[in-house]
Amino acid sequence: MAAANAIDRAFVAAERWLDAPFGARANPLRNLGTLAFLLFWVLAASGIYLFIYFDTSVEGAYASIEALSVEQWWLGGIVRSLHRYAADAFVAATLLHLLREWAAGRFRRFRRFSWISGVPLLWLMYASGIVGYWLVWDARAQISALATAEWFDVLGVTAEPMARNFLGAESVGDRLFSLFVFLHIGLPLALLAGMWIHVQRIGQPRTVAPRALVGATLGMLLGAALLHPAASQAPWDPLHLPSEIELDWLMLFVHPLMAATSPALLWLIVGGATLTLVALPALARGAKPVPAVVDPANCNGCARCTVDCPYQAVLLIPAPNVRTGRQVEIMAERCAACGLCAGACPSSTPFRSTEALAAGIDMPDASVQQQRLRLEAALARIVNDSPAQTGRIIVFACAAAANAARLEDARTARLDMRCIGMLPPSFIEYALRAGADGALLVACRAGECAYRLGAELTAQRLAGTRQPILRKSVPRERLRMVELAAGEEADLAAARDALRAALEAMAPAPLQPPKRERLGRAHAEA
Amino acid sequence: MAFLRLAAQLLLYLPLMALIGTFSTSPRFELIPPGDALVRISIIHAAQRKQECRKRTPEELAKLPPNMRATLDCPRERAPLSVELEVDGAVVFRRTVPPAGLRHDGAASLYHRLPVAAGRHRVVARMRDRADGPFNYQRAETLELAPGAQLLIDFVAAKGGFDFRGG
Repeated sequence: MAAANAIDRAFVAAERWLDAPFGARANPLRNLGTLAFLLFWVLAASGIYLFIYFDTSVEGAYASIEALSVEQWWLGGIVRSLHRYAADAFVAATLLHLLREWAAGRFRRFRRFSWISGVPLLWLMYASGIVGYWLVWDARAQISALATAEWFDVLGVTAEPMARNFLGAESVGDRLFSLFVFLHIGLPLALLAGMWIHVQRIGQPRTVAPRALVGATLGMLLGAALLHPAASQAPWDPLHLPSEIELDWLMLFVHPLMAATSPALLWLIVGGATLTLVALPALARGAKPVPAVVDPANCNGCARCTVDCPYQAVLLIPAPNVRTGRQVEIMAERCAACGLCAGACPSSTPFRSTEALAAGIDMPDASVQQQRLRLEAALARIVNDSPAQTGRIIVFACAAAANAARLEDARTARLDMRCIGMLPPSFIEYALRAGADGALLVACRAGECAYRLGAELTAQRLAGTRQPILRKSVPRERLRMVELAAGEEADLAAARDALRAALEAMAPAPLQPPKRERLGRAHAEA
Repeated sequence: MAFLRLAAQLLLYLPLMALIGTFSTSPRFELIPPGDALVRISIIHAAQRKQECRKRTPEELAKLPPNMRATLDCPRERAPLSVELEVDGAVVFRRTVPPAGLRHDGAASLYHRLPVAAGRHRVVARMRDRADGPFNYQRAETLELAPGAQLLIDFVAAKGGFDFRGG
């Protein structure tokens, strides 16, 4: 675990460092999975162009690629190089993505499906790439195809050694090339299907890269293609081996590894690595989150929680006995207990006059009722501590973000929550009506939300572009949202001070207090 | 400011581009040490039956169902295949492989590769495809193996024995 923590810290430092030039949204390190999707489409597009010119025969394969690279270097050659470098970048992005998710511990419990479904994608990625190299039918293809055949032969599952297929010119026919092409199209299609499955338990997956990232990635690939065009090795010759070849170490590293060990040991290494990756979620320990619960009496089937859930844990099911004909259901094993669903629920409003506030979907260990009581107590404290002053601030703070505990003083109260996305916007209005002059929302740093979407959804709700919205009547100048990580408490204090200074320069807010007797009681009790 | 950010992005993408470009071809990979040649021996061959066919006695035939009363009883199991490769008087490869199949009645197959120093070599391949006795197939050649050359040794029953290609 120490290694994972060290790698995680290194990643976090690198991500934050790259935020400055790229911005969090287009930061390649924060978009490794998205980048892999982008590179897949670059590979698909460039591959289709190459296939148009590719001759699927023993005699013609090498010549057709050479002709494309030499006679049509200005397009075909560049596309070929793009195809090569996109494949390498795909491998690099995927491996970094794997390392990043492992180091951050994103393979446990509700992440298990995404993690395990990603493991076969590694095999498909390498299989697609390795077979792609065989299509060139040069010395590199010869070595790669033979080495792969020798590797499979050690399993002894075929009636005759597969390596015999590549030993002599007479054993290699055009039909073998049809098989290669079939594999080089079929395996990437299987990879794409696997990638689709891989993101099925992710709410609003980012599979489309932002424009800036697309431009930069294509620019980088194009630069590599122009400066170092992909080239074939000597043509395939069964009776002669070049003493050395140019090897793509990102894609074909298994061949040197097998040469340095043995086919059986290579099976042990890759088989062991695969099994370890698959078993990792089962081996991991940690507290089990308490899943959200649905209260059918308060659920109107609006599906906002279904849409906002970052892990597809909230399903919409038919409910003939309900007026809307549908209701939500929690898949407990997928639930991260982030509370984003409770933040999205239209019934999670503290303005409801009912004594025991019950939301349609709620967190049993941090219910909306508990949040309302805590908020009322916090507001009562700052109202009582500074009755004649202005600049009273309520801080809604994400527990994983910068620590807001030190902000507390006579005019500052805080309400901690598991994720800022757990906050229904109506709580902000409620706080402003019930004694706070301003509200400060503290979210995780952009791109670092522990539950992926908390800060993003909250910002959209405040901006009025996502339900439930913060009503237009709430004065926006009394509200600030900051995205700060743990360790950035000084920036947080500065943000609070800046908000307070702005509030002190304002006239009192023209908001009516909420009509809840409870609030009066809470003030009195405090 | 936007220009500076763009320039910084470009500068940061350059090392990534260089890394991918470099590792897509470098360092060069040597499958066999420079100056070596490679001998590959690959054989698929159905060895002789372990036991000869024998004629069933009338009593034995009588015990069998009428539709199974074949005069000859031919056990299906084949002998293992033994192969030996000698280079310059030293045995460098020796292997005995069983026949394929649950009843051991299929062809036996083997594949092996072996780097040898380039130069002139006396190569002798031997094979036994019967239950006992000495090797019943042999071929000896003196070959000049150039660096990087591949010598393919196969057994082609139709040609009557070992087939040496390349070298």
